[in-house]
Amino acid sequence: MNRIRNVQDFVSEYAIYIVLFALVAAIAAYDPHFLSLTTLRDLLLQNSTRAIIALGAAFVLISGGVDLSAGRVVGLTAVLSASMLQAEDYPRRFFPDLPQLPVWLPVAIAVAAGLLVGLLNGWIVARFRVPPFIATLGTMVAVYGANSIYFDMEPNDSQPIGGLRDDFTALGTGSFAVGPYSIPYLVVTAVAVSALVWVVFNKTRLGKNMYAIGGNPQAARVSGIRVGANLLAIYAIAGALYGLGGVLEAARTGGATNNYGNMYELDAIAACVVGGVSTSGGIGTVPGVLAGVLIFGVINYGLTFIGVNPYWQLILKGLIIVFAVAVDMRKYANRQA
Amino acid sequence: MNHISKSFPGVQALDDVSLRVRPGTVHALMGENGAGKSTLMKCLFGLYRPDAGEIRIDGRPVHIRDSRDALRLGISMIHQELLPVPHRSVMENIWLGRFPVRRLGPLSFVDHKRMRWETVQLLERLGIDLDPDAPAGSLSVSKTQLMEIAKAVSYDARIIVMDEPTSSLTENETAHLFRIIRDLKRNGTSILYISHKMDEILQIADEVTILRDGRLVGTWPASELTTDLIISRMVGRELSQRFPKRDNQPGEIVLEVEGLTAADRKSFRNVSFTLRRGEILGIGGLVGSRRTELVEALFGLRPLASGTIRIRGQAVHIRSPADAKLLKMALLTEERRATGIFPMLSVFDNTWISCLSRFERAGVWLDEKTGRKAVGTLIETLRVKTPSLRTKIRDLSGGNQQKVLLARWLLTEPDILLLDEPTRGIDVGAKYEIYSLIVELARQGKAVIMISSEMPELLGMADRIMVMCDGRVTGILDGRTATEEAIMRLATQFSD
Repeated sequence: MNRIRNVQDFVSEYAIYIVLFALVAAIAAYDPHFLSLTTLRDLLLQNSTRAIIALGAAFVLISGGVDLSAGRVVGLTAVLSASMLQAEDYPRRFFPDLPQLPVWLPVAIAVAAGLLVGLLNGWIVARFRVPPFIATLGTMVAVYGANSIYFDMEPNDSQPIGGLRDDFTALGTGSFAVGPYSIPYLVVTAVAVSALVWVVFNKTRLGKNMYAIGGNPQAARVSGIRVGANLLAIYAIAGALYGLGGVLEAARTGGATNNYGNMYELDAIAACVVGGVSTSGGIGTVPGVLAGVLIFGVINYGLTFIGVNPYWQLILKGLIIVFAVAVDMRKYANRQA
Repeated sequence: MNHISKSFPGVQALDDVSLRVRPGTVHALMGENGAGKSTLMKCLFGLYRPDAGEIRIDGRPVHIRDSRDALRLGISMIHQELLPVPHRSVMENIWLGRFPVRRLGPLSFVDHKRMRWETVQLLERLGIDLDPDAPAGSLSVSKTQLMEIAKAVSYDARIIVMDEPTSSLTENETAHLFRIIRDLKRNGTSILYISHKMDEILQIADEVTILRDGRLVGTWPASELTTDLIISRMVGRELSQRFPKRDNQPGEIVLEVEGLTAADRKSFRNVSFTLRRGEILGIGGLVGSRRTELVEALFGLRPLASGTIRIRGQAVHIRSPADAKLLKMALLTEERRATGIFPMLSVFDNTWISCLSRFERAGVWLDEKTGRKAVGTLIETLRVKTPSLRTKIRDLSGGNQQKVLLARWLLTEPDILLLDEPTRGIDVGAKYEIYSLIVELARQGKAVIMISSEMPELLGMADRIMVMCDGRVTGILDGRTATEEAIMRLATQFSD
């Protein structure tokens, strides 16, 4: 009796990791070639930017909000950084007379733009008490508009931005060697960001306050937590992370258009939710979010690897989202005392 | 109900409990918080499924899988936490889930006319004065409770479970409820009555079942019981005193309030009082006398229209709880669940959350080790019963949650403690411990304001008792000479 309960508890506690493992095992059973270092490398490369964006979304979700602007911020910052980092000999430059800037400057400008959009979100939510869903729906639409105006400026005229400098694309495609292995910079960046976010979640005042505000905003206020200031910081950090994600997405793909990042916010939210982040706030961990991102990564990559029709992948993704949350709800419903 | 057992992870909530209720009687269920009363009732109402045991109604075993089953079998329940749908009307709340309908061919429409008529009939029969069309969210807590009572009765149930139905009722309203209960009894309805209020139990109950730590202590006819007997069977030991000896010494004035009026004019007006170091100032009054609003305003949760607050002689403006915290004030709110605990967080995080800046190192890191030490000591001093600091607070009983909240504020080392109904919904044994803590804090020189709706508590604890009625201070009594009658007179000065 007790042992059964322990097994049940174990399964529901680690459900996402079990699902991840089962997926990998199933694909490997179908085609053992799937289990290779190349697969691992590709998988991590493909999902690094998604992980960074999902971690941003997790900040907002855990604080009890939701951020729909993520995808459009990715588009904005991809276009911004790409427009300032084209090779000098590229024929159709966004700014034909722009000198060669040091890489960090456009990157910093783009990330700062993401942070500003986040601040705007936080300000609308904290100052005017607009529900986060609505506030970020508004900025999502407006940011796309602003980005499209920029993208449509003469002489670019809404042409895809290409010809990015090698020292910029290296951020997304380059790697360094450790013995026989080559480690992509992009993966290192994602790991570093994850570690940093983990520290913020678990070891800082902001992190503790974030869980408290998401768990019970009334109690947080009564406890003397400055809820508004904390929300401002949370949305701003989230925006900066989307910004970084956008920059890396441009570097990885070697280009940018105003439609970059479209719907990424939903992928990010789905990954968070599958990874155990509660949409009603107060619950979520960094390893959970990363596992959530990887589950979708494995579905994308693995099912393509064994030649499953991509439309089937969408159905499987949908099922997993609903299934994961159903398991989670059961876990909490059982314990409601 | 026979041999019911139910466990939650880490807790055996009910262990082989049996309960027999006769038709047409009031059966009281008593026990400390965490004794399993609510869990047992939730099993009966289909909100939990027992791990073992069976439920029989009229001798026939029944399976209750959810509350629909329970209602179908003639069991209705007034829940401890009131759950109205705030934006819908009183009548829609009452008939929720079973609106009267009018059929038109294959279509059916809600029959509002009949619903209103039946609501009026019901409220008239019960003598409850409510507007069927008022939105439920606009009602006061006690009116909401009356609405829930009407709703539970409207099912024409054979068994009605009332889980703390009088927690927000005034004495008149409680007497009214008892009249309703007696009528129901006459019609053969059985009432399962949960309450912490001894005098109520002895007044209304026919039989009393006492639970302790999830186990059955026994069932007795109420006529054979006294308050002391019930208490000793609930806690399993004799309680010699209900209140600790007070040895605190009021000193110089720390808080001075003059002519305080809320920005919302319907709330409190022109409130003036002083509070001394080491003093316990009780605030008495009926529900709705705006005592909570007053302390919330002192703590920066509500805007003020006029008046001054002086702390240690300095005039202060408190715009938020964060400001109040800097002035070394602390507020323990009335609604533990709504505005107190972070249910998903650990006991540790719940405690140090209002004090994080003190444990911040280099402006970034939180020094968890020092934090754990400080919180651990405090949790031990307050004798919080918890398996560990890592345990989630929602897994603790109400009394222990309250102690954790007290610990949260003691960690900030406050000078002025505002306690709003600090022992509400807490069992007798834990109450005594909370009382002792409050007296100890006053003895250490902290100034304490304590709102309470229980008059014996005010008389037993307060150095002075300030009584409010309808948002105004109607008198300040000396705690040594005050009587329940004197408090009641001041508390009802402007009513009727």
